[in-house]
Amino acid sequence: MRLTDHEKAMLDGAHGPAKQKAMDLLLRYGNALGAERLVETRNVAGTIGATTPFMRKFADERGGLDAVFSEFNLDSAEVVAIPPVEVYSSHLQQGIDPEHAAQQGVGEEVVRIFRKGDAYSAGLGVQLLNTCTPYQVGNLPARGEHCAWMESSAVIYINAVLGARSNAEGRESTGAAMLTGRIPYWGYHIESERRGTHLVELDMPIESMSDWGMLGYYVGDKVQDKVPVITGAGLAPSTLKLKHFGAAAASSGGVEMYHIPGFTPEAPTVEAAFGGNRPREVFRFGPRELRETYENLNATARDPDVDFVMLGCPHYSIEQIWEVCRLLQGKRVHENTQLWIFTPRATKQIADQNGYTRIIEEAGGYLMSDTCSALGRVIPQGTKVAAVDSAKQVHYLPAIMGIQAWFGSTADCIEAAVTGRWKGGLR
Amino acid sequence: MSAQDSSTAVSRVIVLQGRGIVGGRAEGEALVTRDRISGWGGIDPRTGTVIETRHELRGVSFAGKVLVFPGAKGSSGWSGQFHIARISGMAPAAMLFNEMTTKIALGAVVTHAPSVTDFDIDPLSVIETGDWVRVDGDLGRVEVAKRARG
Repeated sequence: MRLTDHEKAMLDGAHGPAKQKAMDLLLRYGNALGAERLVETRNVAGTIGATTPFMRKFADERGGLDAVFSEFNLDSAEVVAIPPVEVYSSHLQQGIDPEHAAQQGVGEEVVRIFRKGDAYSAGLGVQLLNTCTPYQVGNLPARGEHCAWMESSAVIYINAVLGARSNAEGRESTGAAMLTGRIPYWGYHIESERRGTHLVELDMPIESMSDWGMLGYYVGDKVQDKVPVITGAGLAPSTLKLKHFGAAAASSGGVEMYHIPGFTPEAPTVEAAFGGNRPREVFRFGPRELRETYENLNATARDPDVDFVMLGCPHYSIEQIWEVCRLLQGKRVHENTQLWIFTPRATKQIADQNGYTRIIEEAGGYLMSDTCSALGRVIPQGTKVAAVDSAKQVHYLPAIMGIQAWFGSTADCIEAAVTGRWKGGLR
Repeated sequence: MSAQDSSTAVSRVIVLQGRGIVGGRAEGEALVTRDRISGWGGIDPRTGTVIETRHELRGVSFAGKVLVFPGAKGSSGWSGQFHIARISGMAPAAMLFNEMTTKIALGAVVTHAPSVTDFDIDPLSVIETGDWVRVDGDLGRVEVAKRARG
């Protein structure tokens, strides 16, 4: 790879051992990709937390949080002192919600470690957004801005919806980027790599949130890590629908970029979306594909008695919390069922102000922040059957926790929370 | 370059040439899948086992194996999970794959397992689970000894 003088100086250790390790990793990573150079970035989103049992043990045995950063953010077995970050860096979702530790079955010691980790991150200058959706709480990169973001659902959102440029980075590469302001210039940083490769034509209207989730799950499964272009009559995407669509497409496949001509910024037309590429394949999505996707998403679910309703994957916006409050008004969560809703910490504060947290709590549910069930492996004790409104969460949660999970609309999920029974279905 | 048959009668050896992306040498039994692999939520790094619900390797461990697969998919936690697998002693011995992504590139780098891609012959078309595979990540060279099948 070609390096600038400043990059060479960092690699030679002129800016300290941590930046040297960071550059060494970026070089190994860039060479593996086949990248020719690095690109400057001033917006990084990653994770440096250590709340999982594995990470806590590692920190205890190897020398604290600098050891965790050295190994898991710089791929360095040698423990180096970590300096403050060089560029604007946001922390993604964490392993627990410290305010709901008891409900999540998390002991005081873990909460103490979590707070220590928050203080460590803040001390380095990492913003404690603690969400998978930094773009919902003020981190909105501009069109064309080179970013180094981890969290596949966020990367696809800033690429496709905002027109920013990021690959799906990992824990180690975002750690290195925080310290150096560099990331390999490869993939979606390059204009020509962002053009459409596959066409998806809709044979049915896609309206509800769950329709958008199922469409995303189908598209990801079909195109894997390529760039789909979605066309169809009467499409009316919204921030939330695109959030759900992208999260689903990024989990069933590895989609990091897509176009919806007329809506997403790099696709004024279908022709512009493909930018001279010929579609490699054309897929048609209609009622049959919708049904098939619905059945795939519900593959683990058999038992209609629901113990646990989990909402907020990706983290809920204030609009979604408002909607839940309207569905919950005057009702109570069933005695055999728990309702947990996840949102960014900053959004939770607005929900507190608006009285939504009280509405949810009075109904017997919880509004939680900072983590989610799949990432934190936090579910109510004894859960056998969950219900979720997220195609992404239903993809992961049963596999990670060994439980059954139903997928349906938000209204289906709230009904399950209130009655304790799954009555959802494809409508 | 085409597949080369060895002259020995015992087992057929096929040589693949690709681009090494993580150096070093390793050998082991092949574990082959045509399904892409998810890292976070797709494997249990403490046992090196695939856990994804509808994956053809569900329940199978890749620890110490030469993992042959199309590429990575899913969460950006891919590298972090394979990183933990390495620290836990449950990483694959080597990785051979076709589709380059940031997930697999970073994942292979931090797994420290010799890794090769950009092959002259598709490894999925010649390597089967149980074959014995020698990987030279510095030269990008892979030798496959076909397991005798009766």
